[in-house]
Amino acid sequence: MVDTVKLTIDGKEIEVDKRLTLLQACELAGAEVPRFCFHDRLSIAGNCRMCLVEVEKAPKPVASCAQPIADGMVVHTRGPVAAKAQRGAMEFLLINHPLDCPICDQGGECDLQDQAMGYGKGISRYDEMKRSVQEKDFGPLVKTFMTRCIHCTRCIRFMEEIAGVPELGMTGRGEDSEVTTYIENGLDSEMSGNIIDLCPVGALTSKPYAFIARPWELKKTETIDVMDAVGSNIRVDARGREVLRVLPRLHEDINEEWISDKTRFAVDGLTRRRLDAPWVKRDGMLAKASWQEAMDAVTARLKGRDGAKIAAIAGDQVDCETLYAAKLLMADLGSPNLDCRQDGMAVDPSVRASYLFNTTIAGIEEADACLLIGCDPRHEAALVNARLRKRWRRGGFKVASIGPALDLTFPVTNLGAGPESLSRLADGQGGFAEILKNAERPMIIVGAGALSRADGAAVLGAAHAIAERFGAVTEDWNGFNVLQTAASRVGGLDLGFVPGPGGRNTASILEGARSGEVDTVILLGADECDTSALASAFVIYIGHHGDAGAAVADVILPAAAYTEKNATYVNLEGRPQHAVRAVFPPGEAREDWAILRALSGMLGRPLPFDSHAELRAAMQKAVPHLAATDEIMAADWQAFGVSGAMGEGAFASPVKDFYRTCAISRASITMAKCSEAFVAPAAATGTGG
Amino acid sequence: MSLARGRPSAPEHQPASFAFTEENLAEARATIAKYPAGRQQSAVMPLLYIVQRQMGWVPVAAMDVVADMLEMPRVGVYEVATFYTMYNLEPVGQYLIQVCTTTPCMLRDSDGIADACMNHLGIGWEETTADGKFTLKEVECLGACANAPMVQINDDFYEDLTPQTMVGLLEALARGEAVKPGPQNGRHSSEPEGGPTTLKGGA
Repeated sequence: MVDTVKLTIDGKEIEVDKRLTLLQACELAGAEVPRFCFHDRLSIAGNCRMCLVEVEKAPKPVASCAQPIADGMVVHTRGPVAAKAQRGAMEFLLINHPLDCPICDQGGECDLQDQAMGYGKGISRYDEMKRSVQEKDFGPLVKTFMTRCIHCTRCIRFMEEIAGVPELGMTGRGEDSEVTTYIENGLDSEMSGNIIDLCPVGALTSKPYAFIARPWELKKTETIDVMDAVGSNIRVDARGREVLRVLPRLHEDINEEWISDKTRFAVDGLTRRRLDAPWVKRDGMLAKASWQEAMDAVTARLKGRDGAKIAAIAGDQVDCETLYAAKLLMADLGSPNLDCRQDGMAVDPSVRASYLFNTTIAGIEEADACLLIGCDPRHEAALVNARLRKRWRRGGFKVASIGPALDLTFPVTNLGAGPESLSRLADGQGGFAEILKNAERPMIIVGAGALSRADGAAVLGAAHAIAERFGAVTEDWNGFNVLQTAASRVGGLDLGFVPGPGGRNTASILEGARSGEVDTVILLGADECDTSALASAFVIYIGHHGDAGAAVADVILPAAAYTEKNATYVNLEGRPQHAVRAVFPPGEAREDWAILRALSGMLGRPLPFDSHAELRAAMQKAVPHLAATDEIMAADWQAFGVSGAMGEGAFASPVKDFYRTCAISRASITMAKCSEAFVAPAAATGTGG
Repeated sequence: MSLARGRPSAPEHQPASFAFTEENLAEARATIAKYPAGRQQSAVMPLLYIVQRQMGWVPVAAMDVVADMLEMPRVGVYEVATFYTMYNLEPVGQYLIQVCTTTPCMLRDSDGIADACMNHLGIGWEETTADGKFTLKEVECLGACANAPMVQINDDFYEDLTPQTMVGLLEALARGEAVKPGPQNGRHSSEPEGGPTTLKGGA
């Protein structure tokens, strides 16, 4: 039971939690209070003075964002006193603001513009020279126009509190105040793009999107991101056939209101290196072909071929509908050789708890100790790391890792590099074992770096044993988590896009292709496996980018990227969500499921659906929990993994370059620039010391 | 030349590294020890002052050393160092002359003092003479209003100045002679000019 207080706001009496600030109470009472520096998810600064309201018996207007509430307060947010105070604050804010809205990228979606219209005076009495501030170099993502800055310090607070990379600060004083890194290095954070959204004026804008479009020109589509397995909720802004930018959408249980820089900025890759026409290999060279020619070539190859010689590998961004259709097609072709785990992650497809992030992302906030096994959440799932950091900031949260030494923006004790350390911990040795044992809600996160190894199943078994030993799984708490890195993975495993009885997994398919036992391989957007093994096989590539998979293909069937189709994705928590088409696929590219449906028709065994809706219905019938959009069906805790000897060698994260992990991000110029600036060993920038 | 405080000035002056002298390091550690555990950041200003005493100014490399010693974000130290105008963010001459031009001094002709310095030394605000001897800086009130106009040269106040006595001081310093801090018009402390006017009779 929280303590409440009663107060009167604009004549309306309300009773609210007494921990709220006055501004929050005003919001609950339905009163709109203008603000720049206040943000729900950041600490309170109280420096813009825009939220001044009148409190009866107070000698002067109070900044409501920083004002604790008290019983019996009588507040006026729109009366003459408050209105005059707000007009005054706005007049001061605009003294040094250039008012260059016509050439400002924030124009049309600017808090300052909107609030100046709503709460400003309309004219200024200031006729001296305005100050100007030198531009700053914040790296390839964030463009600065610091003369427009009103010093709300949201960006500084975000970088320090949420991103955990305190590189921004306010130097100087008074009129000389500047928001800056001081030593002119880029913002080396995988979350830095969020300060563009936070900036209430046009001081920080998107560099790749600079001078591209005005907000009212854009078609806005609410959809899902697939750059990692988090399933961040995003809004895709497109004009014509081109996706121009991606913004976060609020989802408290997943990404809150942040997204990673890859999610936000990789979209320029959607227009580059695209497969926009079918290609067929003739005389050893790929040549453009018509759909008919390409489909004929595929049909000729597949018809009558022994199923054991056919295989399919699904990539990391394939949607559930496509996986389901492909699975049916493979069954019709009589092939058990299919896998959605390009990296060979040794999870148990039959036990859902073995491959899900069972704690859920929001559940992290209830944990009190965390063990990371062979994963680097900061780069494999930036938003999961942001949540871990959020939990750590509240205190009483010990984190340790087995694997590479990590900088996760919060302290992590490294217990060792590989399986030996895991065994030691499983035996209850070491100080962290004590912490895990005493924790009420310990959590364990196992990454692809630990499971995608030859001894992955044994590592999984060891992780299971640790979860059992330290009570990580109880009636109301499941602290066992696998950190997936591929957006398609959980959906693929849920749908059973894994080897059938006697079938081959990814490694075995590649081996078979090398030896000739598998001679026809269908790649569904699969670019991250060792495609050099496929040189002698007949490769049918169904995907959207001319990446590694297309390079070895004999027939290329151009398909749709995630912004170009309605599709279901299941995120790492096991939460099905729907991506929505924002633009049409380029050129002659078609939606993946339609390609598979057409192919099945030409093979004489048409798949049992004629529309996307029918396909989705069939899929949801086959795997009912996919119909529960945005809901997580908790997985039962069962035995999984094998209890065998683990191998040697340190765990290593599969994400070597955060900015270039998929065909889209590898095609993106922005991501290439980031990679050069932040991942390539930084040449001597800044000053030594 | 003005001080752009949003970025390090005079990059060509910035040393690649910085280390406290042994004595200063001991003092820095003693300063840090004055604060409770977890609150070492409170020592940031004294530490920057120790840097400035050692170097005459505060280079970026030294701010980084201070930040690392106090386990605080480097940018946090930059914020402090740029906020307080008494930290010199670029090298200064052997004699740093800080001329007060706030109201009481201004009413007592601090403009004449400033002009005398500029004309005699041939430099403007925030500039250093070519021989590296003098740096001139305009500052706000230094709290010696009763003896206006005044300047501070390094650690000492020189008060009750006239343009002539100011030039005299500069010439003496240039010759390497010792000069006497305090009022330059024969007055004792801030007693009335010409001696006491009250309480003269004794008890």
